[in-house]
Order: sequence, then structure tokens, then C-alpha cells
Amino acid sequence: MSFLADLVSLAAIGAGVFFFIAGTVGLLRFPDSLTRLHALSKADNLGLGLIVLGLIPRAENPLAAFKLVVVWALVLLSGASTAQLIGRALRRGRE
Amino acid sequence: MSVLPLLDVGLALLVVAVATWTMAARDLFASVLGYVAYGLLLALVWVRLHAPDIGLTEAAVGGGVTGVLLVTAGKRLDALKAATSGAAPRLRVKILAGALSALVAGALAFVVASLPTPAPSLAPQAAAAAAGPGAGLGNPITAVLISYRAFDTMLEKIVLALAVLGIWSVGADAAWGGAPAPLRKARPDGAMVLLAQILAPIGALIGVHIFWVGADAPGGAFQGGALLAAMWMVAMMARLVEAPRIGSRALRLALISGPAVFLAVGLAGIAMAGSFFAFPPAFAKALILFIETFMVLSVAVALPMMVAGPPEGGQEP
Repeated sequence: MSFLADLVSLAAIGAGVFFFIAGTVGLLRFPDSLTRLHALSKADNLGLGLIVLGLIPRAENPLAAFKLVVVWALVLLSGASTAQLIGRALRRGRE
Repeated sequence: MSVLPLLDVGLALLVVAVATWTMAARDLFASVLGYVAYGLLLALVWVRLHAPDIGLTEAAVGGGVTGVLLVTAGKRLDALKAATSGAAPRLRVKILAGALSALVAGALAFVVASLPTPAPSLAPQAAAAAAGPGAGLGNPITAVLISYRAFDTMLEKIVLALAVLGIWSVGADAAWGGAPAPLRKARPDGAMVLLAQILAPIGALIGVHIFWVGADAPGGAFQGGALLAAMWMVAMMARLVEAPRIGSRALRLALISGPAVFLAVGLAGIAMAGSFFAFPPAFAKALILFIETFMVLSVAVALPMMVAGPPEGGQEP
């Protein structure tokens, strides 16, 4: 059972790290701010979500697992809002 | 061979690199962003040094509140710069400033390098005092802050109130007693309003939680208060609430309540426990929580008022 949990952790955290790396490469390589924002949100939302998923089996108790999910939810909220704000500020700047 | 030491070295190098970049950045805004990133990295450093309490403070104050303060100050400086164009400092001044900075950094490095081993420390006395009478808290950091070095902690809160007073006194005479200018002039974006509406209640809850668990786990009055302050600032930026008038009695009472209650309890200690800032052991924990509640209030009020700035109105430049 613990072997299975470890396997889930390994797979999810590995996938999360992949999305973080992909997002970082996009952040460095994409041509303009809007596409860079797009890359960043993949790392934040999907990458962090997968890492949290991988950490849940390793949490000490259900409350700690819940806190991990709350951290992810808060990052989702602030990430989405700031991406909107930056995107709108960019569009205003272009007009 | 553990990979953690390698990560620590990487973190240390990153801190130095971000610090250098912050100083080298030409643009004021970029420099402020660098400083915020530097604060967040320092918070990680504190966690790695097994000091999560300081890490929390650094993340909330160094990363969050100071960042907002610097961005706001930068905006005001930009407005000033448009009105008066100052000449760039001359080469001689730059060399002098550089030499003085190098001297201070060199002196600090010399002092740190020539510390005796083991370094002289008050930690054993503080730990003994925190574990002894007048404590009753599970988190030794909070016990030291409130019990062993109570006087310093109270003075820190007085400094906060003085800083707010200093900022208020910069305002024009005609504006005295009025409200500070809103953090954002234009109608706020829908995304900002939504963020504030959802984040502020959750953040306030987490702030109170951090204060409450501070008695037994990492956290405490300052960290919790700083989080509450940040949530008030978010609400002010979304224009859900306006900054209060600085003449408001409730505001002024909240601002001084932390140090005032602390001082009153400290003076009562002379009668109750035999010395200034001594807590009777029977209900030390209740007293400490009582003091901390008002300190949270003071911190939560002082930090946003610093960011909001001096009162406006009357003849503004």
C-alpha cells in the first residue's frame, strides 16, 4: 500500500516538475508578455497542482493534506487574477 | 550524500545574485520587484535555518508589505520627478558613496569573521526564562518575545506608531485629520475586485489562525497582524473600503492599543508579580494572549496606514 502511495507521489511530483520546467522555458523563450503569461500560468496551476497531489499521500494527517490543497487553491486564485490584471494592463498600453 | 547541502548553496547563491540584480537594475519598478523576490528567498533561507517564525515575518513584511510600500513610494517619486528634474549625482559623490558602503560592508564582514567560537549568546538564559515562570507557551519564540524581552517588543510596537505619526505629519496642514488618498485613483478592474472579495476573508481567517497558533507553533502576533494588514490593503486597492480619516478616534485608539495595553499589563506586573513586565504564573498565558490580541490590532492598523500615506486634501501639490 505504501509502495503504491510512493509510486503515485513520484509520478505526480515528476509530472509537476515537468510542467514547472516547461513553464520556465516558455517564460524565458516566448516572444511577448501575453504568451509568457500563458506559460507562467501552466507552471503555477498545473505544476503546483500535480506537486500538491503528489504530496497529499505523504501528509502527516488529513488537516495537513487539506492545508496543501488550500495553498494550491490560493495560488490558483491569485495567479488567475494577477494574470488578468497584467493582461488588461498590457492591452490598455497597446491601444 | 544528501542533495540538501547543494540546494542550500544554490539558494545562497541565488540570494546574492538577486540582491546584486536589485541594486544594478536601472528601473525603479524592476528594482522593487527584485527586492520582493529577495525577501521571499530570504524567507526560504530562514526556513532552512530552522527559524520558521522569522521566515513568516520575512515573507509577510520583507516580501509583501515592504513591496507595496516601495511601489507606492516609487509612484509618488515618479510624479515628483515629472515636476522637478534633479541633476544626477556627480562622479565624486558616487565614488564617495561607494567607498563608504564598501567601508561599512568591510567592517561588518570583519566583525562577523572575528567572532569568538562559540559566539557569545543570551540564548540559554532566554530559553531558561521562557521555560520558567511567566511563560506557559508551547512556542519558545513567542515566550521570549513577550516574556523574556517584553520591553523590547513593546518598544518595537511604539516605533510602528511613531512611524505612522511621522508619515501623517508630512501631509499639508489643511489636510490634517482628513483621509489619505486612495491607493488607486481609477475605477478598479473587475479581476481586482473579485480577488479582494474572495482573498480578503480567507486571508483574514489565516491571519487570525497564525496569531492564535503562535502560542504553540510557528506564528505570532506580528505575522498574523501583517497578514491582516495585507488583506486590508487588498480591500483598499480594490476600493471595497476607503482609507479612514486620520482624525478618526477608533483608528487612533487601535493604533496605540497594542503598546498601551502592553505597558498597562507591564505596570500591573509590579503589583501582581513583584516586578515590571513580570506575569503572575497562574494566568500568564491568558495575559500574554490578551496583550497579543491588541498588538495584532496595532500591527494590522499601522502597516496599511503607512502604505496609505499622509492625509490629502486642501492645497495638494
